[in-house]
Amino acid sequence: MTTLTRSPRAAAPPAESLGRRIARRAPWWGVLLLLAVLALVWVYPFVWMVSASLKSSLEVFTAGLKLVPEDFAWENYSRAWTDANFGRYMVNTVILTVSTVVIVVVRCALAGYVLGRYRFRGQKVIVGVLVATLFVPTGYTIIPIVKLSMELGLLNSLTGMVLALSGAANVSAILIYAGYFRQLPKELEEAATVDGAGFGRVFFQIMLPLSMPVTATVALLTFLSTWNAFFLPLVFSFSDPDLRTLSVGMQAFVGENATDWSGMAAAGVISILPIVALFLFLQRYFVEGIAGAVKS
Amino acid sequence: MAPTELATSRRRPRGVDTRRQTIWIWAFLTPTIVLYGLYTLYPIVASYWYSLVEWNGFSSSQRFVGISNYQAVLADPAFWSSVKITLVFMLLVAPARILLSLLLAMLLNSPKLPLRNFFRTVYFLPVVTTTAIVGVVMQFVFDPASGPFTAFLKALGADTGIDFLGDSGTALVTAAAVYVWKFFGITMVYWLAALQTIPNELYEAARIDGAGSFHIFRYVSLPLLMPFLLIITVLTVEDTFHAFDLMQTMTGGGPFFSTEIIEIYIYRWAFSASIPQLGFASAAAVLFGLFVMVVGALQAWALVVARRSRKELS
Repeated sequence: MTTLTRSPRAAAPPAESLGRRIARRAPWWGVLLLLAVLALVWVYPFVWMVSASLKSSLEVFTAGLKLVPEDFAWENYSRAWTDANFGRYMVNTVILTVSTVVIVVVRCALAGYVLGRYRFRGQKVIVGVLVATLFVPTGYTIIPIVKLSMELGLLNSLTGMVLALSGAANVSAILIYAGYFRQLPKELEEAATVDGAGFGRVFFQIMLPLSMPVTATVALLTFLSTWNAFFLPLVFSFSDPDLRTLSVGMQAFVGENATDWSGMAAAGVISILPIVALFLFLQRYFVEGIAGAVKS
Repeated sequence: MAPTELATSRRRPRGVDTRRQTIWIWAFLTPTIVLYGLYTLYPIVASYWYSLVEWNGFSSSQRFVGISNYQAVLADPAFWSSVKITLVFMLLVAPARILLSLLLAMLLNSPKLPLRNFFRTVYFLPVVTTTAIVGVVMQFVFDPASGPFTAFLKALGADTGIDFLGDSGTALVTAAAVYVWKFFGITMVYWLAALQTIPNELYEAARIDGAGSFHIFRYVSLPLLMPFLLIITVLTVEDTFHAFDLMQTMTGGGPFFSTEIIEIYIYRWAFSASIPQLGFASAAAVLFGLFVMVVGALQAWALVVARRSRKELS
């Protein structure tokens, strides 16, 4: 832990010899080197995937560690997009994700608002039940979900997938909203009520616009988990390959074309690119949203 | 809603319009009650019923068989093996994720470090990528014939010829390593959030008192980080029970069931068996749910005890 030393600025020694300065700086170089090596390990699989997606089918096997392709084989992408149906899977994933985000944001904002801002009978029970299901694994609820969706006639449909994913616990989203609405000053709705605004208007015209930062976080985290969902879409698209999402399609693709490495890599890049781009643009919200779990 | 008081008085008498308010409150709760009720609460309750019936196929009839499914699950060595694998996986993943990321977060928390934000972004990158896609890609990365990992070992002259994901001796450890790599960034962000709560003056004060790095860590950072350590442990441990996406796509529970965590065991009996045993799988799912809850409860209890002892100390 020598790396955490900071020279006290106030009492710097008057004249430091060169040798001593290097000795003091050495840990920094060590740390940087370590971090750089780790960073390489962290990005390498993605770099390799992009590189493999641009190589010819043969070159993937023979190139070894060489990352730059002989000549760029863009046809891998068209093969993944059309022949392997990833264009279709992309549309499915976008529809599924956007619908789920909208439903989850609306229902969690509504529930969080009344739970955070009002006292009413039965409130403790609701909060208690929600918190008790904070860690419910999909593996535990999947069988009844499939059975229920089948009886509702929703099993082989995107609608069924959207509802099932929107009905996942999302407890933390409700709690984040509740915590946020609880700390807003009382005067806000008092003034509005005096002006004759009703319950609904207070929420939609005053509270909801104020909750934009929370909404951004909840929307992003829901986007992330839905875009990356696998278990539920997998089970819901068993009998209809046209309903596959990107993640399910990827597994199916490899199952059918185990030797098409470059096609697999292109499909992987297509699937991951949107979410990575979103992350790079909105990094702060992602990180804040995830860090919020600890702070609360 | 009519204004029930003069605009001059700021305070409303209590109980005005409470009935209307109650209606609004429950209207606001309705979407959550319906969706969450149907897809979270009902399944939890229904699992118990389904675990008591014999039932092979989603459209077939169910026959009540009492606790015989539980007897069958508990008598199945493969179930116990999957429980063991789930726990071993947790023990491989959780300490690495928690402690290594603390170390890294401490390095990255230092404001003098160049490229700090770049490193943060890089370590967090795998977190946002689709787990199932990563699982598939890793099959290729670790391919013993032409995968880049093997090529890398060859370049180092350390090629052992091990098929990391295809050998039942190494598959689980490799999967754990990939899982640590994938979710490392989350734990790191937790720690960074925790470190932000320590005021800089404390470090300054300790330094003026002549404390070295180690002492600062031991007597300043560590005690303040303790409560976070417990919370982060709870979150990380619960996380390791949800490794289905990665395992299913990377190893499918194989080779020879060596990476069959409980979720994959349930999936196998419910969805990939030639004759699905849904009652049997539900019994396993209920046991899994209990298992997760017990671990969660134990940790929650540890949290409470730790809080209490800290209060007594202070």
